Amino acid sequence: MSTEGVDKGRRRFLTAATAVVGAVGGAAVAAPFVLSMQPSERAKAAGAPVEADISKLEPGQMATFEWRGKPVWVVRRTEQNLKDLASIEGKLLDPASDNTGQQPAWAKNPTRAQKEEFLVLVGICTHLGCSPTYRPDIAPADLGADWKGGFFCPCHGSRFDLAGRVYSGVPAPKNLEVPPYKFLTDSQILIGDDEGVTA
Amino acid sequence: MNDKLMQLLGWVDARFPLTKMWKEHLSEYYAPKNFNFWYFFGSLALLVLVIQIVSGILLTMSYKPDGVLAFGSVEYIMRDVDWGWLIRYMHSTGASAFFAVVYLHMFRGLMYGSYKAPRELIWIFGCLIYLALMAEAFFGYLLPWGQMSYWGAQVIVNLFATVPFVGTELAEWIRGDYVVSDATLNRFFAFHVIALPLVLVGLVAAHIIALHEVGSNNPDGVEIKKNKGPDGKPLDGIPFHPYYTVKDIVGVIGFLIIFCAILFFAPEMGGFFIEHPNFEPANPLKTPEHIAPVWYFTPFYAMLRAVPSIAGSAFPGVVVMGAATIILFFLPWLDRSPVKSIRYRGLCYKVLLALFVVDFILLGYLGVKPATPILTLIAQIGTIYYFAFFFLLAIIPKFEKTKPVPERVTG
Repeated sequence: MSTEGVDKGRRRFLTAATAVVGAVGGAAVAAPFVLSMQPSERAKAAGAPVEADISKLEPGQMATFEWRGKPVWVVRRTEQNLKDLASIEGKLLDPASDNTGQQPAWAKNPTRAQKEEFLVLVGICTHLGCSPTYRPDIAPADLGADWKGGFFCPCHGSRFDLAGRVYSGVPAPKNLEVPPYKFLTDSQILIGDDEGVTA
Repeated sequence: MNDKLMQLLGWVDARFPLTKMWKEHLSEYYAPKNFNFWYFFGSLALLVLVIQIVSGILLTMSYKPDGVLAFGSVEYIMRDVDWGWLIRYMHSTGASAFFAVVYLHMFRGLMYGSYKAPRELIWIFGCLIYLALMAEAFFGYLLPWGQMSYWGAQVIVNLFATVPFVGTELAEWIRGDYVVSDATLNRFFAFHVIALPLVLVGLVAAHIIALHEVGSNNPDGVEIKKNKGPDGKPLDGIPFHPYYTVKDIVGVIGFLIIFCAILFFAPEMGGFFIEHPNFEPANPLKTPEHIAPVWYFTPFYAMLRAVPSIAGSAFPGVVVMGAATIILFFLPWLDRSPVKSIRYRGLCYKVLLALFVVDFILLGYLGVKPATPILTLIAQIGTIYYFAFFFLLAIIPKFEKTKPVPERVTG
């Protein structure tokens, strides 16, 4: 093969054009590979609402239900618990629930609930996703004399009060999430659906 | 008979460079004659890789990567599969042994300046192996589908969720679901048994090819290729085979004695190799009282926890943890001393390196403890020193009093 009479400019252009077309093709093939790793249609559809029976909850008790693979807590707060909520507001990061992403609009109230007595929360820490521990005991040795009951995350030490509001100065940046829910009867709630609920 | 074999070899050599490769990498690969104890760990890492691949293939035959069946299938391996307990403990002990050997191998590199020119690429391939190994260990730890598997993966995947703007989508893409689930387990299995092992084997090949191209460093940090005899062979070099193959066999036996002692008498290592909560099936509704990563990740975990949230984001801690591994890649250019080996470097380098080792072990200890304010403060100081070490390496050569490096290795 002779190298005489080679049009170098033309060769460069053809090389570049081939490389560009090849790169576009490569990207086009990569897209379905990358997108195939997203949550599947089945995973997306698995979010059906869950009915929860809360008739057996005594004041101060908590029950855990599973919704979309996550723990959802229902706590029946005592009257003392509800009174204590206001007293610790100074130590909280977002006492008035101003971060709108963490609860439905109807739950932006001092108790973050539909019925004051019942607190419903997604039990996943807003830091790195551990499930905090329910600590209703008042002033235990490990949490300090000021503790009025709430949730403590064993992974990285985040603290939340009995409305799921995060304390200042802990790793978690946001209040615990209040899921959409509604009361079907006085002792039955539907987690995952709040159609018709108003503030 | 011998003639026939030689003929066969000749036939192969005409078609595949068998004899050429044997000579290049073993019988005529000249390594410095003064290798010491610290030079065992490279070949031991290779041995552990083989142990992991063989035991891993056998485990795959009985394991089920399924959210419902996984935990039970591991118990099935432990109780009902003939010798299954041995193979499983071999694999779990092998994971810890891999990191132990690799950490000692990296420390050897730090002591003798093995990362310096012309061996920067060997070091970089080594760092990539270390990263791939961490990913491999992380994916593998989810597979038994115990409580610690589940919540460990939950926390680590949520680290990606702290990335500004795209974090939530990124974490969902990694999990393939909105929580760690069957989809996550299945893909982690794919990463663990095929994707990362392929990457690891490729990187190990690159690491060794680069090493054999420039030749090994040694405890004196002297280039043996500078002093060649009339036959063109380094005066201070000896062929890798039979000299170092035989020496490494001694290392292998010593290693296997310790490995088997752990394998037979303490495979869980009091909760450090297999953590206690992992004997409970994964429960997405309940986090164990105290969660901590396996020992080989704890120094980095301590650094993650040491960094406070800034502006309501845990991302800075994640950045620091990532930077702690990435900074290793820059070591060849951060350390500006022309002297390689610790033997001929000044006292300040020796003190800095000793402190670095203490610091790394201290961070590892803090990573398994619950975070209290005083421990967090210690972890913060430890994190600062971890990074300071690398930058001090760039500064100290300006006033460091080094000793003269000999022309030839000292024996």
